[in-house]
Amino acid sequence: MTQHEDFPDTHHEMTHNTFFGFWIYLMTDFILFATLFASYAVLRDATFGGPGGKELFNLPAVLLETLILSTSGFTCGLATLAIPVDNKKKVIAWYAVTFLLGLWFFLQVCTEFGHLIQDGNTWQKSAFLSAYFTLVGTHALHILLGLVFIVVFLIQVTRRGLIPVTKRRLTCLSMFWFFSYVVWIFMYAIVYLMGVT
Amino acid sequence: MFGRLTLNAFKHDLIEASVGVSILLALIAIVFLLTYYKRWRWLWYDWLTSVDHKKIAQMYLIVSAAMLFKGVVDAGMMRAQQLLSVGESFGYLSTPHYQQLFTAHGTTMIFFVAMGVISAMINYLVPLQIGARDVAFPFLNSLSFWLFASGNALLIASLMVGNFSGTGWVSYPPLSNLEYSPGVGVDYWIWSVQISGAGTLLTGINFLVTILKMRCPGMTLMRMPMFVWASLVTLVLVVFAFPILTATAGMLTLDRTIGTHFFTSGFGGNPMMYVNLIWAWGHPEVYILILPAFGIYSEIVPVFSQKKLFGYVSMVWAIVAIAFLAFLVWLHHFFTMGAGPNVNAFFGFMTMLISVPTGVKIFNWLFTMFRGRIVFTTPMLWFLCFVVVFTIGGMDGVLMSVAPVDFQVHNSLFLIAHFHSVIIGGVLFGFFCGFTYWFPKIYGFKLNEKWGEYAVFCWFFGFLFAFIPLYVLGLMGATRRLDHYDASTGWFPLFAIAAFGFLVICAGIGFQVLQLYISFKERAQNRDTTGDPWNGRTLEWSTASPPPLYNFAVIPEVHDRDGFWAMKHSKTHKEKPKYEDIHMPKNTGQGFNIGVLSFFFGFAVIWYIWWLALLSIIGIFACLFYRLFDRHTETYVSVEEVERIEAQRGKV
Amino acid sequence: MNRRLKIAFFLLVLFGIAAIALLFIFGDRIAVLNPQGMIGEKQRDLLFVATILMLIVVIPVFALTFGIAWKYRAEKKSTYHPDWSHSFLAEAVWWGVPCLIIIVLGAYTWKGCHELDPFKPIESDRKPLTIQVVALQWKWLFIYPEQNIATVNFIQFPEQVPVNFEITSDAPMNSFWIPQLGGQVYAMPGMRSKLHLVANVPGDFRGASANISGAGFSGMTFIAKATSQEEFDQWVESVKESPSQLSKDEYIQLHKPSQYNPVAYYSSGETNLFNWIMMKYMSPTTP
Repeated sequence: MTQHEDFPDTHHEMTHNTFFGFWIYLMTDFILFATLFASYAVLRDATFGGPGGKELFNLPAVLLETLILSTSGFTCGLATLAIPVDNKKKVIAWYAVTFLLGLWFFLQVCTEFGHLIQDGNTWQKSAFLSAYFTLVGTHALHILLGLVFIVVFLIQVTRRGLIPVTKRRLTCLSMFWFFSYVVWIFMYAIVYLMGVT
Repeated sequence: MFGRLTLNAFKHDLIEASVGVSILLALIAIVFLLTYYKRWRWLWYDWLTSVDHKKIAQMYLIVSAAMLFKGVVDAGMMRAQQLLSVGESFGYLSTPHYQQLFTAHGTTMIFFVAMGVISAMINYLVPLQIGARDVAFPFLNSLSFWLFASGNALLIASLMVGNFSGTGWVSYPPLSNLEYSPGVGVDYWIWSVQISGAGTLLTGINFLVTILKMRCPGMTLMRMPMFVWASLVTLVLVVFAFPILTATAGMLTLDRTIGTHFFTSGFGGNPMMYVNLIWAWGHPEVYILILPAFGIYSEIVPVFSQKKLFGYVSMVWAIVAIAFLAFLVWLHHFFTMGAGPNVNAFFGFMTMLISVPTGVKIFNWLFTMFRGRIVFTTPMLWFLCFVVVFTIGGMDGVLMSVAPVDFQVHNSLFLIAHFHSVIIGGVLFGFFCGFTYWFPKIYGFKLNEKWGEYAVFCWFFGFLFAFIPLYVLGLMGATRRLDHYDASTGWFPLFAIAAFGFLVICAGIGFQVLQLYISFKERAQNRDTTGDPWNGRTLEWSTASPPPLYNFAVIPEVHDRDGFWAMKHSKTHKEKPKYEDIHMPKNTGQGFNIGVLSFFFGFAVIWYIWWLALLSIIGIFACLFYRLFDRHTETYVSVEEVERIEAQRGKV
Repeated sequence: MNRRLKIAFFLLVLFGIAAIALLFIFGDRIAVLNPQGMIGEKQRDLLFVATILMLIVVIPVFALTFGIAWKYRAEKKSTYHPDWSHSFLAEAVWWGVPCLIIIVLGAYTWKGCHELDPFKPIESDRKPLTIQVVALQWKWLFIYPEQNIATVNFIQFPEQVPVNFEITSDAPMNSFWIPQLGGQVYAMPGMRSKLHLVANVPGDFRGASANISGAGFSGMTFIAKATSQEEFDQWVESVKESPSQLSKDEYIQLHKPSQYNPVAYYSSGETNLFNWIMMKYMSPTTP
């Protein structure tokens, strides 16, 4: 059976088509987040007499996880730059670092959620908390998905090396990671920084 | 173990039970036939695993046809109820059943019939019209179809296990909240819409890349056929609007399963926000339905007027303007929610504005006919019916865009008549028109004209009798979704006329079925051997009927709009084409598998069977990983094979 | 073929004429076209203005459709210009004229939206009557705060006196509508909508809910009766003699789901019941 690499005539367009298609998918994901942001904006003050952002957010901790995620964005960038120069070791190494930083971020968000739930401030308490948990939680799910795919694609790179299909997939993964990071910056500003004023 | 699924879920009244039993019998009959004729391998290898856009399109058609049948039955049952449930009598349907009927009718017709036939048309035609061999992401295409089918299956499952939602096809809270709708109905609605919506979104991404990146050499944007323009603009709407539905239905699910308060009446929830969000999706959705139909008309009117399309540039700008404005009008669905005069006036004005580019399109079609040589084939007759019905619907749409007028007709049967006018007149007639026109391309023989004409006649007059009375009823104060009314209202005669109209429409459907049967029997006489039975103008008519797997043995090059027309009339010497190996994607079962698993996921979440939900998600990821690790996803058609297929062309 | 088309066209024209004729003959039964209140009249007038403006476009569209289809059918062999596909003048006309029509209609809409804003009180030298409306499952509760009475599924008010409706819901979203008097407005839990209507003449006007709210939704009809001032005052007195009182406990009983409720009268009630109903949804402290 033939493999894709036997057809170099279409490989080039395929890569561009994949990137363009993945980019459009990211735009749709952005609109999904925009809808959740809009809902959060509407429900921000709907605390139903309960605590709001001012009482609940631990800004220093959020700053830490933001810096961690920013660093992971930087390391992801370093990994991405190593792809076109076929530096397999660097690619794997920097994605691995990205994974660890992303994992820290994810676990820290989970811890933050855990504290809130322990204190009885669950999503069932008010519309504000519902919107908060959903918005931040959806982002955390995106990070989790990113972590899963870092592992999957690194396995593929280890086994098959940096061939066109693995390079394409890693580039898409990087696009996803940067996208998730950008969404987090919006969240940091709109939810946390604006939430305590 | 089975969440909230108990044996009670299988208990239904006589009517519902008979529907469930009929469906089961139909499924058993299909299984029997497949076994008897030993067609299981054929079904799996040729159809269910296919990534060929032409096969996927036909599967969309089959599913949509089945759902159209169900939707029409829903409509008939409603008409009958409203005929019988007057004064002392309460008809033959219980109120919960009736409410499920109109909810299922709307959901079925919009999500599963209209979106299905549009996906079918775009799937079949776009690659052919742009001179491509397939879409950008064939596996994704298959996955999109199976997600669509899975959403359909969930709605069908609700007929047999549990019940469907009774809150109307857009499921407004607080009625759709857990407090007022504690059962599984709304959850069935959410998941059938979410899963098939995901399929639609993937189709949007897929075909956007296809149109923007895979046009044949020479086909600039302004040389694309109008159907491709219509599809392009529709896909942009899909890509912008469907994520809003995903998020909104998602928030409603969270409210219903884990106790969030997005749309609840208390705890700070905001049902008005749901109304805004769902229509921010919902309005672009109805333009997603109509724009491909406009594209279809733009294809057939020139062919059957034997004249170039009038005002191509104007038509392109008009369709782009309609798509742009589609995002700026959503509030007209709830003028009566009390947003204030400035807001209402703004959205009313934006709504009126859309009538301008729409009118431009109609005038351009009429002027295409002007000084042409019009042939009244069935597609042309559908077009003429569209102009009459859609203009009526469009006109009363503008009437309703004047907010104070809307205060008197909102949620009345006037509104129902309006949207049925534009959807049946525009989308459905457009689909029938396109189906009749492209049928020879898909199946290799023409449809019988006579029975087609009878069908058009019945649909047109049936529509008028079924829906014009509804305009009057609305003006008489009849609200929508009523399962009973007082005799003193004087509404009965109009409901009777509407019921008569429904029967005439059924006759029309009967003629369409008859047309298919007779055409199939007569197919030898009506075979299309040239690939171009209508003297067409666009590239799909340059292929055989039906086209080979790879569409074009040699990728065409165009130099003009109506590329094929130019080729036919050019004086250049046509050399023998030089064939090469053609690189094609391989079939795969992962689309089907993910579709099935997503059905189980939806079913599991609906019934709170959490272990099954978790297993299904893991299964979906497993299929995705299988696909990602699959190294053999492509194959090729050898030169010899291409030569053999091309040599067969035209021979029976 | 041509004969069949002629028959179809003839039937279509017949249908159109019949529809319009029936509309005129039975017009007085059509609430929106024959309203009995000032607001409804203004809304109907707007409807007519919009219809006439639209007909400027729609009538030429129909005429052109049938005219062109007939004149340029292939058998007739009329003038044939297969490549003529552009005309700046034609485009200017059909982009421009509808734009102008829309601008005119837009102006009417702007004016109409402000004049007929449901929240805007009606200017009158008569003192308005306030009726508070609560949508329940599946009936309408009406509270007259000034007269200290309450009713279910029935209201009465004097003709030519503006009625200020304050509307909320203690149930899913409903829509408060009396077609013969004027347009509707949504009734939503935790919100206070307003509607201002006035009856020009005495009469019994049918009211309904125009937004689905559950199983008993079809039964949420009520009568809005306009009478003379004296008859209204007498009616208020008779309601005050009703043995039932709308205390909070009675309200809680009334709140329980029921369908096709008969008319009920309450002689007095909990003060500020309407506000209490609304505020239930706004904060966790329930008095």
